[in-house]
Amino acid sequence: MIEVRKPGLSTTVQDGGRTGYYDVGIPPSGALDQYSLRAANLLVGNQAGAAALECVYLGPELAFTVDAVVAVTGATMTPRVNGEERALWESFEVRAGDVLDFGYLTAGARAYLAVAGGIDVPAVLGSRSTYGLGALGGLEGRPLTEGDRLPVGPSADGTAGVRVPEELRPVLAKDVEIRVMMGLYDHRLTDAGRKTFLGTTWTLTPVADRIGFRYAGAKLETVEREPPFGAGQDPSNIVDAPYPIGSIQVPGSVEPIILHRDAVSGGGYMMVATVLSGDLDIVAQSAPNTRTRFVAVDLDEALAVRAAHRERGRRLRAALAG
Amino acid sequence: MARHEIVSPIPGVFYRRPDPDSDPFAAEGQLVTAADTVCLVEVMKSFHQVAAGAAGTLIEFLVENEDVVEAGQPVAVIEPTVIEAG
Repeated sequence: MIEVRKPGLSTTVQDGGRTGYYDVGIPPSGALDQYSLRAANLLVGNQAGAAALECVYLGPELAFTVDAVVAVTGATMTPRVNGEERALWESFEVRAGDVLDFGYLTAGARAYLAVAGGIDVPAVLGSRSTYGLGALGGLEGRPLTEGDRLPVGPSADGTAGVRVPEELRPVLAKDVEIRVMMGLYDHRLTDAGRKTFLGTTWTLTPVADRIGFRYAGAKLETVEREPPFGAGQDPSNIVDAPYPIGSIQVPGSVEPIILHRDAVSGGGYMMVATVLSGDLDIVAQSAPNTRTRFVAVDLDEALAVRAAHRERGRRLRAALAG
Repeated sequence: MARHEIVSPIPGVFYRRPDPDSDPFAAEGQLVTAADTVCLVEVMKSFHQVAAGAAGTLIEFLVENEDVVEAGQPVAVIEPTVIEAG
């Protein structure tokens, strides 16, 4: 059992995600940075998509009542056992009676704490991920609070001292490029509007959570039109449509919002582009003020990026096997 | 005794007041205790209170109200109260 002494800012149980229900409005949820989740789990001998803790900006303080092997990946937020620092991206032991907490965030936004055996909350619709808006999954469908007790599953073979090689750790930067495919509604933008979207260095606002990441920087020029039946009067309104995860909507033609894994499944704002799925991990590790440029790629490039992302996952798995 | 920097533990929007109609938590030149809240940082629709962390005189704020701050960024400076040994 793990006792929550301090919950951090918003710590949730997340796994590989709850896929297959977006058509009925239930988003995939799961770790926003899937690569770091996988790395943390593989470090402690878990299945890559097992349930772990996602810690945003400020880590929790946890008291262990059992011996455990754990690993922290993702954001640079140094873990400490009884006040003594431990390495990130490397598994280590925690003894019954030990207290695990975290130093300040110095890079990235979300740290992942995996425990050998996984966080053993009940699976809901095939996943242990917390979907806060729907009060579903995780621990009672909500972020952790003080006094919570987290059950740990039976561990097969967690070993301390396993490390992710440097070259397989993500680079956490304050200036990032996010690759996107334009569409489906970029025809609502003028050529100047599209140029503004791709030419602006956007700044991530503090409005950035598991649902969406809102950016400030410029207003996009839209094509004039008579609103079609069913669409609102604002130039950014469309007839309601499904929202893909990673789609970038621009309400009022200002402040693009990247929808992430807890997003609503549809609505009436134009989506001018969609983030490549592998680059959603970079979005997940963006803290407010991160300077961001959107780079348009075509379908062939997008597929090549996806293949490279999968290959990196295979290399990670191979590096941590055994 | 070294000056104490009050650091925001999280990224977000920095506020000097508990709400727009209230007085600031602390003014420059004011004496504070370690447990006194000196500002709020808002992120993801939640407001996080930041305590002084040391007793003494709050010399100056290093950021403006409603500035976006980063985790680990100093937001104010305290000149600790020194108790002279007898």
